[in-house]
Amino acid sequence: MGDLQEFPLRYRLYLRTYRWQRIDPVPWSPLKKPLQDCRLVLISSAGLVGADQEPFEKSIRIGDTGIREISSDVHAATLRDAHRSKAFDHTGIRRDPNLAFPADRLREMAEAGFIGSLNHRFFSLMGSVTAPDQLTRHTIPPIVSRLVEDQVDIALLIPV
Amino acid sequence: MVVQLLRLITEKVRPPRALVVPFRHGYPLDAPDEPGKQRAVLTAALNLLTDPELKPPAIVDFIPEGSGQETEDR
Repeated sequence: MGDLQEFPLRYRLYLRTYRWQRIDPVPWSPLKKPLQDCRLVLISSAGLVGADQEPFEKSIRIGDTGIREISSDVHAATLRDAHRSKAFDHTGIRRDPNLAFPADRLREMAEAGFIGSLNHRFFSLMGSVTAPDQLTRHTIPPIVSRLVEDQVDIALLIPV
Repeated sequence: MVVQLLRLITEKVRPPRALVVPFRHGYPLDAPDEPGKQRAVLTAALNLLTDPELKPPAIVDFIPEGSGQETEDR
């Protein structure tokens, strides 16, 4: 599991030959305070949207690079799957969106004192994007600005 | 920090802190309707932030409870 072999051949070839962007040098920011005092934001690329939000557009050839802000108060069960990829089994996230957008779990962990607090807004992206430079140039910078504005300490990224 | 499903790609991209999980795509936090299993992955991911031994890029395998192994750093 968690292996290229789970994909059909054409996806395996694509993933093996894709020009992955290498982070070099790797940035490193030690946590400056205890987890119990930190504010956390969740950023998921599972393509989940809120009940009153537009789904990610599946007809965009390179993939929809839009952002959906989702309140950290959301009950995960109200989220809808709008991920365009057919390369993975959607059954799990449709049954329990916490599987890739763990709003309920993180709220429980904050209430238990394991982490200080949750940012008031989380972010949802749709990870099937074949032009990642569009993400790095146009999608991520405004998210980073909002994280700075919100004084977030920890960003938790979850794929699908 | 990031939860990752493919070690091969994680090693190519080199995020600062990554927890590599042994689950199939679509199931990054293990299983639906299993809060304990989901919390275990989240806890392991958050613990990457407080482990003084880790150096960048910190790519750590998550070993589910009951598998007979502990979370190990590579």
